[in-house]
Amino acid sequence: MINANGIRVLEIDLNKQKIKAHNRKDLLAYLGGVGVATKLLDEYIMPEKDALDGDQPIVFAIGPMETIFPVVTKVVAMFRSPLTGELGESYAGLRLGLAMRFTGYDAIVVKGKATKPTYLVITADGVEFKNAEPLWGLTVEETGRILRRRETGSGLRSCIRIGRAGEKLISFAGVNVDTYRHFGRLGLGAVFGSKNLKAMVVKGEEGLAITDKKEYQRVYKEIYQRVVETEVMDKYHGLGTAVNVLPLNAMNGLPTKNLQAGSFAGAEEISGEAFAKHSLVRKLACSGCPIGCIHIAQVRRQFGDHYEYYTTPISYDHELVFALGSFLGIDNRDQLLELIEKTELYGLDSISTGVLLGWLTEAFEKQLVREEMIGCRPAFGNASVYREIIDRLVAMDSDFYRDLARGTWYAAAKYGGCDFAMCLGGHEMAGYHTGHAFIFGQAVGARHSHLDNAGYSIDQKLQGWDPEQVVDKIINEEIERNILNSLVICLFARNVYDRRTVVSALRAIGLDWNEESLGELGKKVFRLKRDLKEKLGYRLENICFPQRYFETKSFTGFVEEEKIKQLMDIYKSRYYTV
Amino acid sequence: MAEAKILKAPGMAKCIGCYSCMLACARVIHNDYSPRRSAIQIRSTGGLQSSFLAVICRGCLKPACAEACPAEALVERPGGGVIFKKDLCTGCRKCVAACSVEAIFFDEDEKKPIVCIQCGTCTRYCPHQVITMEVRND
Ligand code: SF4
Ligand code: SF4
Ligand code: SF4
Repeated sequence: MINANGIRVLEIDLNKQKIKAHNRKDLLAYLGGVGVATKLLDEYIMPEKDALDGDQPIVFAIGPMETIFPVVTKVVAMFRSPLTGELGESYAGLRLGLAMRFTGYDAIVVKGKATKPTYLVITADGVEFKNAEPLWGLTVEETGRILRRRETGSGLRSCIRIGRAGEKLISFAGVNVDTYRHFGRLGLGAVFGSKNLKAMVVKGEEGLAITDKKEYQRVYKEIYQRVVETEVMDKYHGLGTAVNVLPLNAMNGLPTKNLQAGSFAGAEEISGEAFAKHSLVRKLACSGCPIGCIHIAQVRRQFGDHYEYYTTPISYDHELVFALGSFLGIDNRDQLLELIEKTELYGLDSISTGVLLGWLTEAFEKQLVREEMIGCRPAFGNASVYREIIDRLVAMDSDFYRDLARGTWYAAAKYGGCDFAMCLGGHEMAGYHTGHAFIFGQAVGARHSHLDNAGYSIDQKLQGWDPEQVVDKIINEEIERNILNSLVICLFARNVYDRRTVVSALRAIGLDWNEESLGELGKKVFRLKRDLKEKLGYRLENICFPQRYFETKSFTGFVEEEKIKQLMDIYKSRYYTV
Repeated sequence: MAEAKILKAPGMAKCIGCYSCMLACARVIHNDYSPRRSAIQIRSTGGLQSSFLAVICRGCLKPACAEACPAEALVERPGGGVIFKKDLCTGCRKCVAACSVEAIFFDEDEKKPIVCIQCGTCTRYCPHQVITMEVRND
């Protein structure tokens, strides 16, 4: 039976090259995923030590429904973020969830620092510590190819790895998962780098017998049919998330040129529609998801005379189109894809990279930073100069670039321009200028992500100004998402997995939860994250909002500082009573 | 019974690698959550940048696996493929070696092969009609 002996935790010590497996009955009360991971992070984290101290832990977790119900495909990673200094929480899909599930481990804790570059091979039988010396310095893509060849297996495996950005401890380096997905945000790649950890190959090749076949089949089938036959998920298999570009643009909601505007003259060219028509070559799915939202475009490049070409497949999404497209004034699809390719190969978070480049361009225009420091002249719309800057950023060969490598907020605090450094809670913004709820939601969310509480969606649904309601919705949505994230259900399926459905799915695999106990869990995780963040130095009153948010008209009109203050006051009174 | 259908994978170029088929075979036929216990296996042939291959029983009319089986646990199925008589199987693995498309997997715990019974369940869970059940026409 699933979780019969509790939550199975694999603890890996990179320094001693030792492992321990624990069966934790006490963790069953946290269900799985982000619930279990937050609890484990709290146990292993060292609040007095820096995020990039090799002793800090990385926690990966899945939930009891992983892979065995449709669209329950993600893995959560938790760590201390080198970008914000506080809670690091990031999600990725593709094969990792399946691979973890069928190793039999519900959570993996990686601690300590390896004495030399290392990669891990994790199976049900244990962990191998392997030499990654020859892989150090290689791109994400080449590393993946080498590991696939070397670590043969059945296809029920996953390969996650960092590129040079992670090795060089760039605060917004991500971890690539199976080529097309990422633990993108908040700097997990740098945490890997700080541990000399280049990659992890996870092979999930164990069986797992079904206990109540009839009930499980029934619930599975019902959910599967809802996923494929109803319209709730249409948007994700059609144009994908890039479907948002044009509607946002039409209503001033698409951050453009460092949010100097909310709409972009070149939006048509980089819209989901245009990508689908001209560049889309295939779609892929995470294991156990019949939707297949991963959109792959092809970029074709000439590298020499006499018709010498090569092509690269690149996955694209709304956030990338915004961060490396409209936000930088890039209106050419191929140039945009080339920028995505560059951040991919180095293993950088594309959102943070784009927002940093946006700030840099404006700081240069305003003469806060000079050409001699940058080494070139950044300008909106100039993709080749942005590619050059990314190369210099990763080479990190001057103090200036070492400062940029610490993220937008750090750089702006040092060189000026905080008013147009488009961060919220120290974290680069996501691709929505929808109004008060987005800005406020990302600022106060547990990890300062737009996905903490989906403020951008609250903005689009709200009628009139009702601050109490906004705060309620923001807190309640975060609680609700803590439940989904404890099962690590892909949030695109959030409308399929209402609490009632979750309860019946859990019961079909022998786990007894009800709608209330799930609600309690969501709140418990909210409190646990809040208390953990405070241990790491987070204070709600330190949150500030760059002026630019109030200067550029949004999807719902101008955002007013006064109204944000109102939200903050209400939030402060509720934050501690959840 | 000449009309019996066999599993085919005519649309692999459309496969999104969702593994729904594998999960269905494991769930419905092998009473297991894990796609490792599935008679259909989807494999990438060069990472996710290349297209997928379905490793499936091709429904031979003269099945080498049955011929190789010394215990008569695998017998010819009319229309192609084999019928697996689990009780007779001794777990010798001769069928695994005999199948030249490597479509018989071995269950190390049960010590029995995982053999496709040509039931078509997997095809009903494929969101893109990549795999189908068709009468053998050659
Ligand atoms: S298992 Fe292999 S040898 Fe046997 S019938 Fe199928 S394809 Fe032919
Ligand atoms: S036809 Fe039946 S036995 Fe064969 S792979 Fe599909 S589900 Fe499994
Ligand atoms: S169900 Fe269809 S699309 Fe999904 S992996 Fe199987 S063959 Fe491919």
